[in-house]
Amino acid sequence: MNEITITIDGRSVQTQEGEYILNAARANGIFIPAICYLTRCSPTLACRICLVEADGKQVYACNAKAKEGMDITTTTPNILAERRAIMEVYDVNHPLECGVCDQSGECELQNYTLEVGVDSQTYSIKDTHKPAQDWGLIHYDPALCIMCERCITVCKDMIGDAALSTVARGSEAIEAEFKESMPKDAYAMWNKLNKSLIAPNGGDRLDCTNCGECTSVCPVGALVSSDYQYTSNAWEHTQIPATCAHCSAGCQLSYDIKHTSITDPEKKIYRVKNEWNYVSLCGAGRYGYDFENRDVVKNAAAFDAAIAAFKKADTIAFTSTITNEEALILQRLSDKYGYRLVNNEALALKKFLSSYSTISGKSLYGGDLKQVHESDFVVSIGSALKTDNPNARFAMNNALSMNKGAGLYFHPINDPVIADMSKNVTQFNHAPMMEEAALYLMLDLFGDKAAMPSSITEYLATFHSMKTVTVEETVDEKVTETVVKKVLNEESGIEEEVSEEVTKTIKKKISKEVEVDENSLFDLVSAPSGFADTLTKYLAKKEMFSLMVGPDLYTHPHSENCARLVALIEKYTPFSVTMIPNLSNTLGVAMICDLENTRGSYTIGYNTAGDFTLSAMGGGDLDMPSLNQQEGTLLSIDKRVNPTNAALGYGGYVLNDLANALGVNSKFTVDYTAQLPENRGFKAMAFDTLPNHFTNTGEEIRGYLLENIAVHVSGDESVTPFNADSAITDKVVYLANPVLQFSPFTAMSHQLKGSGGLYVSASAMESNGWNEGDMVRVKTARGELSVSVITDGKIEGDISYLPTFDTAINSEALFDGYRFTCVSIQKV
Amino acid sequence: MHHEEPFTNRNVSESSAYYYVDIETYPTEGWDKFKQVVKRTFNGELFVGLWVVLREMIKFDIHTLQYPLEKLPIGPRYRAVHKLLRLWESGYERCIGCGLCEKICISDCIRMDTRIDENSRKEVTEYSINLGRCIFCGYCAEVCPELAIVHGGRYENASEQRAHFVIKDDMLTPLDLLKAGEQAEYPGFGAIIPGSDASVKKTPLAY
Repeated sequence: MNEITITIDGRSVQTQEGEYILNAARANGIFIPAICYLTRCSPTLACRICLVEADGKQVYACNAKAKEGMDITTTTPNILAERRAIMEVYDVNHPLECGVCDQSGECELQNYTLEVGVDSQTYSIKDTHKPAQDWGLIHYDPALCIMCERCITVCKDMIGDAALSTVARGSEAIEAEFKESMPKDAYAMWNKLNKSLIAPNGGDRLDCTNCGECTSVCPVGALVSSDYQYTSNAWEHTQIPATCAHCSAGCQLSYDIKHTSITDPEKKIYRVKNEWNYVSLCGAGRYGYDFENRDVVKNAAAFDAAIAAFKKADTIAFTSTITNEEALILQRLSDKYGYRLVNNEALALKKFLSSYSTISGKSLYGGDLKQVHESDFVVSIGSALKTDNPNARFAMNNALSMNKGAGLYFHPINDPVIADMSKNVTQFNHAPMMEEAALYLMLDLFGDKAAMPSSITEYLATFHSMKTVTVEETVDEKVTETVVKKVLNEESGIEEEVSEEVTKTIKKKISKEVEVDENSLFDLVSAPSGFADTLTKYLAKKEMFSLMVGPDLYTHPHSENCARLVALIEKYTPFSVTMIPNLSNTLGVAMICDLENTRGSYTIGYNTAGDFTLSAMGGGDLDMPSLNQQEGTLLSIDKRVNPTNAALGYGGYVLNDLANALGVNSKFTVDYTAQLPENRGFKAMAFDTLPNHFTNTGEEIRGYLLENIAVHVSGDESVTPFNADSAITDKVVYLANPVLQFSPFTAMSHQLKGSGGLYVSASAMESNGWNEGDMVRVKTARGELSVSVITDGKIEGDISYLPTFDTAINSEALFDGYRFTCVSIQKV
Repeated sequence: MHHEEPFTNRNVSESSAYYYVDIETYPTEGWDKFKQVVKRTFNGELFVGLWVVLREMIKFDIHTLQYPLEKLPIGPRYRAVHKLLRLWESGYERCIGCGLCEKICISDCIRMDTRIDENSRKEVTEYSINLGRCIFCGYCAEVCPELAIVHGGRYENASEQRAHFVIKDDMLTPLDLLKAGEQAEYPGFGAIIPGSDASVKKTPLAY
């Protein structure tokens, strides 16, 4: 794209060719009103208030693209009249309940009504009865809705649920006199508004992944969180900028805090807000905010016991829901006392990364989610995308819908959410263990065969064979016919018959025998028939390719080989590679700690069971603060060190107190921020100097990006062939969490509370004759569990999964590292 | 430049009812001083005063207010302890929980708890004013869009604990008093200005 210069209100402005005028103006701090436009989504053209004059012609700034030398005026008398009329129309019959509305002043309708100076009303129409609707976590009041359709747009273009659409409003027609007297665009906007309302696609029930992004983008109080309704005014909140603690996406959010009640001055989180133009949250981030360790006081006896336990211990086992600073404290303690640091999921990623590095020559993968957003061909391998990292799913959906992209999704479990993203996405529900086949297929389809090591090219060639097939082809054929026509003779007034020669093009089907290349890798990854043709269609005019790989590969029995294949894909194909870390700070822990995989004789468990347990979930031997009660940094999937702040108070001891008592001294935990290891790519930046915001152009100014350190390359690019017979064809169970859950922390929050079970698709439920809540015995080679079955409407097929968020179900014990395992399930 | 209104001595003038008291010059000599003491001692001026007291006592015409049995009426715009009013007809609370009083309060002494009630309306579950901090500025009554919080006539706020909260139950008009017609509107800050109907521009309605 070319840099161009345009003029807005006499100001010379630099922008990219093809950028929307509105975005160009916003990036340069020029105000153009706009209600329905969402950055990163397609223009809706519902509000028409962004009207501007470009080279003397009125255009909508949100969908008119900037051209070199364009001269734009943002206000003319006619535009001002249109805007005033538009805002008057929005105010027609809008309930005067601003005093109690949950938008409480953060209302774009209020703002623009004042901005354009509406002080009296000209228009009127009979109101219709529109009762409020309860959609579970979300509450919709259609009376307040101004039909900007931002909810529909974000749900389709960003989230990918496309769960909302417009339905008929059932309103009377607008009085004819207004058509004459009103400004043109205002009338057109009113006409559209007057015809529709928002409704879930499934009728009364909202069938989606409950991200709540629609409530976030709603400019008025029409869509709000049911839980937040009428509990507080927005202006009473203090906003604590933080990083979401639940998954590796590291989304920026703010915790809105206020005193609990008149009698309880203790701070409480009322809701979570996000910068919806630049960050989209999933439901866990939005609704799972109150996971703090409550009412903790300094228990000196427990602290002394902890010190004694540390003196005795030889192992510290922990999960990755800790900050980088805490990880560094653990590493320092390990350096001083020789503790083994045990964290299996972080170790899996660490090993995967180091195997990857031996070929790529870099300590970290090259891609990030921003590149996925910008790409037009997205591939995901080895991840239950929508629950492993919802933001990765949003990125894939955004790329597919905004960049006319196409995508491939390799995973044993069929996911209707992925299928609904776009017509141009193909799912490969391959057998477990066939992830390597998928990676080889990537090399086969996209690899630069000339540059690739010959051993790989030769290996890939073994999957190809030539086959003769009969294909039907449609051919255009020209046929000349004589047609007799009746023509009226104008002079005589009598119909006469005239014959005429007409040439027609007829489509004709011909059968042909053709030699085609057959790729047996397609079968190994269970490709749908005719995929080769589909792929050719997908690949037309594609420029940016990105690959996301997930935890299935890190825990794969041949993870080292997978990692090397991923590195080869990055090296020899146009794909940028992004790896999805399992948990909030898995990547941070993997970069900071030297990990081992077996526990010693006495283990300190941090947020995991041990001989002595430190726990932020309560119920341990010594309480620890949870991630919304402490400041520090988290390393996200985008390789960004994001700062997070303490939203709530915490009265107990923290890990740093223990470290100080054990002779690893530092006044505050965040003093370690500047000491994070520079040889692993961290910077010596103090916590308080870390920025945390987005600019008007959408540039992310948060923390800093980890440097991708060059590592020594062995030059050996060999990979081992995979064994097609290793595919698991027996009944398997998967280790994953349902939508809205990531860890015991999400399950602690009051809106997402719930117990887990065996999650089964609706069809498998029926074929097994199970009912919701039935108890089943799940038995694998490593043990067995009794759990209830729960229907998951967001998966299809026969593979069920066990969650990790419910501490009452020790699912991990049933698995041997790899996320799939053979299983027998019996109803009890 | 600093400007000050010129002071006019309004009280003392030749035409006014005020006059200069004839004050004897104070004695300077010792003998004169002695004479003054003897004169004042035996003059019986003490009994003049005692007589006035006795006379007024037996007249039983006392102007002293028998506080706290009796209280002085105060001006209607006086800003005393707050009250929460009810709607005259329905008896519902006027307060809609908009939180404007909480926001505008310059001594930050108002707090309210709200929730969504069974009828999907915003309900104020608890409301409190910390009178230890309240400066009785009247902003809360002025900003209230529903004439719900007003200043009442109760001006005594002495207690053992000055920071006592005023809670909702204390402030809200009891239903029996409302039915008896004893809820008083407050004509001070925030009340409707007489004749304000005339300045309202009506919104067109399609009915």
